[in-house]
Amino acid sequence: MIALTAISRIFTMGDQEVRALNNINLTIAPGAYVSVMGPSGSGKSTLLNLIGLLDQPTSGTYLLENIDVTLLSETDQARVRRERIGFIFQSFHLIPRLTAAENIELPLILDGIPSAERKKRVRAILQQTNLLERADHRPSELSGGQRQRVAIARATILNPAVLLADEPTGNLDHKTGAEVIALLENLHRQGTTIITVTHDREIGARAHRKIQMRDGEVVSDD
Amino acid sequence: MTRQDAFILSFRTVVSYRLRAILILLAMALGVAAVVVLTALGDGARRFVMNQFTALGTNLIIIIPGRSETAGGFIGALVGETPRDLTLEDAASLTALPGVRRFAPLNVGLSEISAGGLLREVTLAGSTASLLAIRRMRLAQGSFTADNGPNPAEAVLGAKIAHELFPTGNALGQRIRLGDRRFRVAGIFAMQGESMGINTDELVLIPFDHAQALFNTQSLFRIMVEAESRSAIESTKKVIRVALKLRHDGEEDVTIIGQDAILATFDKILRALTLAVSGIAAISLAVAGILVMNVMLVAVSQRTTEIGLLKAIGATHTDIRNLFLLETLWLAVAGAVVGIILGYLGSLGLRLAYPQLPAYPPIWASLAAIATALVTGIAASILPASKAARLNPVLALSRR
Ligand SMILES: Nc1ncnc2c1ncn2[C@@H]1O[C@H](COP(=O)(O)OP(=O)(O)OP(=O)(O)O)[C@@H](O)[C@H]1O
Ligand SMILES: [Mg+2]
Repeated sequence: MIALTAISRIFTMGDQEVRALNNINLTIAPGAYVSVMGPSGSGKSTLLNLIGLLDQPTSGTYLLENIDVTLLSETDQARVRRERIGFIFQSFHLIPRLTAAENIELPLILDGIPSAERKKRVRAILQQTNLLERADHRPSELSGGQRQRVAIARATILNPAVLLADEPTGNLDHKTGAEVIALLENLHRQGTTIITVTHDREIGARAHRKIQMRDGEVVSDD
Repeated sequence: MTRQDAFILSFRTVVSYRLRAILILLAMALGVAAVVVLTALGDGARRFVMNQFTALGTNLIIIIPGRSETAGGFIGALVGETPRDLTLEDAASLTALPGVRRFAPLNVGLSEISAGGLLREVTLAGSTASLLAIRRMRLAQGSFTADNGPNPAEAVLGAKIAHELFPTGNALGQRIRLGDRRFRVAGIFAMQGESMGINTDELVLIPFDHAQALFNTQSLFRIMVEAESRSAIESTKKVIRVALKLRHDGEEDVTIIGQDAILATFDKILRALTLAVSGIAAISLAVAGILVMNVMLVAVSQRTTEIGLLKAIGATHTDIRNLFLLETLWLAVAGAVVGIILGYLGSLGLRLAYPQLPAYPPIWASLAAIATALVTGIAASILPASKAARLNPVLALSRR
């Protein structure tokens, strides 16, 4: 359902060109559990941002669920991000002035879902992620693991087809990191496609498909 | 995102950045309040002048010797030359004219007044009893009965003059001297204070024939005419012009001013003044707009990661632009409301401090101030909001 063909992403900094992605060909089946590893600067985040429609390839085609999403309008791309894709980041990116429940509610608000329905869904996902007592806490009052769980709840509340995680355990200790991975694997069991960028070999090895990158290219894939 | 949610979300953001909100709100409010108070002041001044004019007497027509060529006629005529005299006969000829209710010849000059060894200079007016009716002058005591003459040597004293010359007793019936002539005090003006440059408290009024003798002149300073109604002023002016032209060998050598014309001129001037003053006040709103723009630009760069995140979870350009526009809209609305309240309180303060000044803020000015605040707020946030909407989400999110 994700099909990248001859994808390149070139950044120009002054008169210097950085080939962050160099002719990538990649297909990822629905429901896959993929880890992406590689040295710093190898293009992992760039790949993830491209798949998540936060960035556009310099050349190549990208089909998501058989649609060439690079050709969609800005509004339609936003809708795809909202409804088909979930993002998790190393630094959580929760909005500090909103409570846990309100952060989770945001995608529902953006999707125009009525308030009563939103409250029901937020409550359900808070229960699933074991955050019910933390619902009215602000991010600053939560532990790192709790924050990432809120971020995961936010990323998955609209049941996306793909969940993209860029070093989701990078800011967490080993134990909380493992809890977060367990949560992601649980989502994978329910059918969500998971793509995780990680530096942690142990976590990378848990994925069913392991992609290695170097200098903007895929060097191993198994 | 639904409109309602956008309103709620932006409102919550505004409230959570309290200092920023107060700052913008204050800037907006002061601008709006300035417009309201200054227009109240300007309009109050206009009404004050209008009231003063009406206190002069209603339906007044003033005939001044000499032809003024200036369009307005008023100012030029006041200082103008006197090519041909106005006479009592001119005045008397007006009686029969249609639209004329009453008339009064008028001579004005300075004279010395003395009584019981006390001496001072006064403004002396010579006229008939009709002047009292035309100019709404009231007597506290006595009477003034002068007609076209000849009249007895009687004077009406301003209340202040009477008190100065006769500090201990009643002035009525006493003897005074004006120049080298003797008069009997026949009346005292009621305290009225100053009205359009004439202060009846310090005026002495005598029959016009005595004034002419005192000033050694046959001519009149002006003729005051009261028309039968406000609507009759224009037609009466025409009739008077024709009649006097006939009497003056076909020459149009008098200036005839209707009170309504003076009123209209002053009204125009003061309205323009009010407008100018409120325009200046509106500049403070524009300054507030620049402050708003600056604060919002700072807000956008402070919330870069938040904007990137919103994009990552599926907010469109429009969503983000609207959120930022609505933030300033809330502040502009709140600023306008607070500003109107401050403005009305300020105007109330003005009215309490200067009770004669009817400093009521005109409705149009309040509406214009609110509209300006809203337009300024929105205009000032267009740039920051579209900057936020165009933000590159990858760069925004990579900032730690
Ligand atoms: N906006 C940008 N402008 C210029 N160069 C960029 C930009 N984003 C990424 N790059 C460059 O592209 C290359 C790949 O970057 P990317 O962030 O994808 O690496 P990464 O594999 O995620 O690294 P890390 O493990 O450190 O996160 C790097 O050389 C980086 O400097
Ligand atoms: Mg990276």
